[in-house]
Amino acid sequence: MSTVSEPVSLSTPRGVDAGLTPKQLADKYGLSVSGARPGLFAYTKQLWARRHFIWAFATARLVAQYTDAKLGQLWQVVTPLLNCAVFYLVFGVILSSKDGFPPGTYIAWLCIGVFVFQFTQNAVQSGTRAISDNLGLIRALHFPRASLPIAFTVIQLQQLLISMVVLVVTVLASGIAPGRTWLLIVPALILQTLFNTGISLIMARIGAKTSDISQLIPFVMRAWMFLSGVMFSIQDRVHKWPHYIQVICNINPASVYMDLLRHAFAPVIYNPHQNPHQSLPPHQWVYGLAWGVGMFVIGYVFFWKAEEEYGRG
Amino acid sequence: MADVDLSKNDNVLDTDVAREPTVVVDDVHIVYRVHGAGSGKGSATSALSRILSRRRAAGVREVHAVKGISFTAYKGEAIGLIGSNGSGKSTMLAAIAGLLPTEKGGIYTNGQPSLLGVNAALMNELTGERNVVLGCLAMGMSPADVRARYQDIVEFSGINDKGDFISLPMRTYSSGMGARLRFSIAAAKTHDVLLIDEALATGDQAFQQRSKRRIDELRGSAGTVFLVSHDNNSIREVCERTIWIEAGELIMDGPTDEVVGRYERGERP
Repeated sequence: MSTVSEPVSLSTPRGVDAGLTPKQLADKYGLSVSGARPGLFAYTKQLWARRHFIWAFATARLVAQYTDAKLGQLWQVVTPLLNCAVFYLVFGVILSSKDGFPPGTYIAWLCIGVFVFQFTQNAVQSGTRAISDNLGLIRALHFPRASLPIAFTVIQLQQLLISMVVLVVTVLASGIAPGRTWLLIVPALILQTLFNTGISLIMARIGAKTSDISQLIPFVMRAWMFLSGVMFSIQDRVHKWPHYIQVICNINPASVYMDLLRHAFAPVIYNPHQNPHQSLPPHQWVYGLAWGVGMFVIGYVFFWKAEEEYGRG
Repeated sequence: MADVDLSKNDNVLDTDVAREPTVVVDDVHIVYRVHGAGSGKGSATSALSRILSRRRAAGVREVHAVKGISFTAYKGEAIGLIGSNGSGKSTMLAAIAGLLPTEKGGIYTNGQPSLLGVNAALMNELTGERNVVLGCLAMGMSPADVRARYQDIVEFSGINDKGDFISLPMRTYSSGMGARLRFSIAAAKTHDVLLIDEALATGDQAFQQRSKRRIDELRGSAGTVFLVSHDNNSIREVCERTIWIEAGELIMDGPTDEVVGRYERGERP
């Protein structure tokens, strides 16, 4: 080229733009700061545009999860069943928590608790790793990062629905007839899914910054499980304790969603007449709604606040 | 090709016509903070962590990777970035893509630049097929668009040239095959600014030819392409403008023939 001795740099603005500073040039042509976070409304719009991605990602992940296992997709049903078997052996047979339940119904009560708690537990665990396990994808393509934790919640929901089939069989086998309360399963699960999405978004942001947290999560979740009364009614155990502990146990979201689903599935075992602490007060629905909507909104905003920082560094 | 050459000459020779900038890099400094084990603190409050890191001598080391680089890229340009290993080329690219925060200065872009690097893996445990669909959906295409483009993407990548590889998980691919598929996915959409980090070096001869044609097409559709490569020939073939970076500083910014020539001879201006 004949421009070897040309003193003008290729960067310099020309014509009418000559003399503008880089900042002025950027402003004039409406360039935006690279990697800036969009507004909350624009972000939601982008996220909605990625709904097909979220769904396809969740389905692909669920299918890929068991590709190495010989039994394949069967593990989705076997894993929760094995969990129930272990808890039944320890708490039902050895520790006899089943006192006070009509004969044969403790296993159904236990299974509902285990599946419902695992739904939230999995959301927390996969949320923590949602960003850090997908850095390749995040650094290669641009999309609203909230797609990932939300997709992982969708995976958990798909898994839960499979477990629900096992659950229905268990409940019917315990001699509990399906009733009108079964209709309440749907709103209860919707509220829990909202709650899980929120907590997954919060954990995703924390896990993206502090990878140490994933070491801590199993202990936190185990403590939460034992304190939520998955295998025994926690309300029965604390009714002689100070009032504030009873309040904490009552508003514990894991307990709230377990109560709602246990009541929906099997009101018979939920409310044995000799045990007033196991009746379902209507304010449990208020708690469930508040936890679901509140956690979702807080989690969404909390995650969005750090949108531009995921995958950096 | 003829169109592109014509506009290329316009840009270089006609100094009176205002050009539309697509990327403005204004005195950018980038500092990496390398956290030692166990001292990982969130950088959400960067000011606070800076105070903390000064006090904690052992915890954090700072690496000044880019030191005050400025340039402006215009519509239709293909710009090569050259320099020795560790000179800050890839860092610069990641910053333009918005993946690295700048310490000082600003980077302004037209739309969202898309970074294509050899290191960026998609989902290894999923099949190539799924990766194509998911990659396209993630870029914001509609399912109908994906169905329409799918065949072109697979053909372009050449993954199925030697048998039905697209239905195998991506972890079974060679690094070259993976890079080819990733390039094909990213190039399926027209980007305002496309950043390529050595992706061309990994493909075979036939694929390199195809990707060069695709890059020309992308430039033709009013985009700007940045290419980081150690292969000076591919820079010469693709880019008409080249920026030479060394130790985080801009050494030279000019026509490719001149800059690459000097770089090869080791003549710093």
